[in-house]
Amino acid sequence: MKLAADTWLVFQRYFSIFIRNPAWVVVGIVQPALYLLLFAPLLKSVASLSGFPPGGAYNVFVPGLLVQLGLFGASGVGFNLIAELREGVVERLRVTPVSRLALLLGKALRDTLTILIQSAILIALAFPFGLKLQPLGLVVVLGLVGLIGLLFASISYWVALVLRDENSFAPVIFTAALPLLLLSGVLLPMSLAPSWLQTLSAINPLSHAVTAARALFLGHVGTADVAEGVAIVAVLAVLAVAGAARAFGRAIA
Amino acid sequence: MPNERAATAIATSELRRTFKGRRGTLEAVAGIDLEVHHGEIFGFLGPNGAGKTTTLRMLATLLPPTSGEAQVAGEDLLRHPDRVRRKIGYVGQVGGASPDVTGRSELVFEARLYGADPATARRRAQELIATLDLEVCADRKVKSYSGGQRRRLDMGIGLVHRPELLFLDEPTTGLDPQSRARMWEEVARLREAGTTVFLTTHYLEEADALCDRLAIIDHGRIVARGTPDQLKREVAGDVITFGVRGEVGTALELVRSEPWVKEASVDGETVRLYVDRGETAAPSLLRLLDSQGLELLTLSLSRPSLDDVFLRQTGRSLRESGPAA
Repeated sequence: MKLAADTWLVFQRYFSIFIRNPAWVVVGIVQPALYLLLFAPLLKSVASLSGFPPGGAYNVFVPGLLVQLGLFGASGVGFNLIAELREGVVERLRVTPVSRLALLLGKALRDTLTILIQSAILIALAFPFGLKLQPLGLVVVLGLVGLIGLLFASISYWVALVLRDENSFAPVIFTAALPLLLLSGVLLPMSLAPSWLQTLSAINPLSHAVTAARALFLGHVGTADVAEGVAIVAVLAVLAVAGAARAFGRAIA
Repeated sequence: MPNERAATAIATSELRRTFKGRRGTLEAVAGIDLEVHHGEIFGFLGPNGAGKTTTLRMLATLLPPTSGEAQVAGEDLLRHPDRVRRKIGYVGQVGGASPDVTGRSELVFEARLYGADPATARRRAQELIATLDLEVCADRKVKSYSGGQRRRLDMGIGLVHRPELLFLDEPTTGLDPQSRARMWEEVARLREAGTTVFLTTHYLEEADALCDRLAIIDHGRIVARGTPDQLKREVAGDVITFGVRGEVGTALELVRSEPWVKEASVDGETVRLYVDRGETAAPSLLRLLDSQGLELLTLSLSRPSLDDVFLRQTGRSLRESGPAA
């Protein structure tokens, strides 16, 4: 009960700071929208190759784009935490009886909500291009993308609390995110990859998320692919939240 | 009135904190025994890097001690940091308000974190805005505040839940003299309200003007403690300098044998006396000179400063250590 109340308080505070500058929602959506407009058309001719997953170019690409949005949208959130460490905000909050888990969750859920808003906009933008999606699939996809956002926001805060410095934070976080993206089959399906690359991709949790998201866009809600992708992301998200909350408890400015 | 108050606001035993770095282990706080009474303003005076902030962070539950024990606000710091948090307020060196929100919303949010309902939180925020003289800026973003306004807001955030013990880390560093005097007033007002204040400072004047008792800390150790007056008296007592019409040597011989004179010497045309308590020695001196028919020309009474205390204990002047960067 206290955890929920604390989390809600922290969430409200950070959401109200965020909502005063809604431009960030738009800025965050520009990159994925550009992929949609300027990259996805290339896939139309590739989609006829053997080995390309079924469903057409947009139904293959948009799910990956949402996973990418979750990954990159959330990975940078640690930046503002580093500023807060310097401003003494974290220290001040840690002196209060507020739950340390709530400090992390309140912030990370705000980031998750942002990503869900952006995802909804992106999906809406993709419909004119011929994207198809069932309502149930939409709900589960948003849940999956939300978990991915929560996972990477938590990791981002965790790394920020450990490094406490923007100059090392940026290279670490983006160097780690890029191979995750490339090995997830977001840009081109991994079914087109040589076998060694497919092996690497199989151990990347995000490729399972992408596979699950693609299945959901085809309406295959109750399949093993979906269950596996959601389960992997959910377990990792729980671990990341727990780790980051612990780091919050130890953080000193 | 809170009942079941412990005898002391803070009691520590062998409190120690070491940091592991690339060049070995640094002992930031090297075993500190402290006792802070209820309702007093207790100061921690020392140069930068002496271990003041580290000690404060440990007592405020922000940093686990490497070893030692502490009772803070009647609770065991190590076993019940959560209970300690409910009873203390903490104002860090850099404050802790977000630049992008209003002062009022920070106060309301802070009150809510301590469990106040929205209406109570708004009322409490308004009270603090009024007492801390923040009316003009309460609804502006914190980044537009002056240094003094910012510091008063920080203090308000620390006081939102009416803590019985308030920690202030370098409360006036970087403030102009006027804002500093304003902060001193606020701290003194806390004492009137019965709040115990534990503050750190590297300003001698601040320790002298504000603190009921203080501890001087250097290299993680307490090197002296007591009231500012006690500390200064321990060093050298007071200094009386006087000049008389006629032979200065006669005056020296005369006073030297008096029991209240610790040490006497001639310094040019004047006599310098070291005495325990200047305020009682001066009248005795006047009576003595008068009885011998010696006419007094000049008389001055000076007290050793806390810097003399620091100098005596550490071999360095605190002023030379310089202010915070």
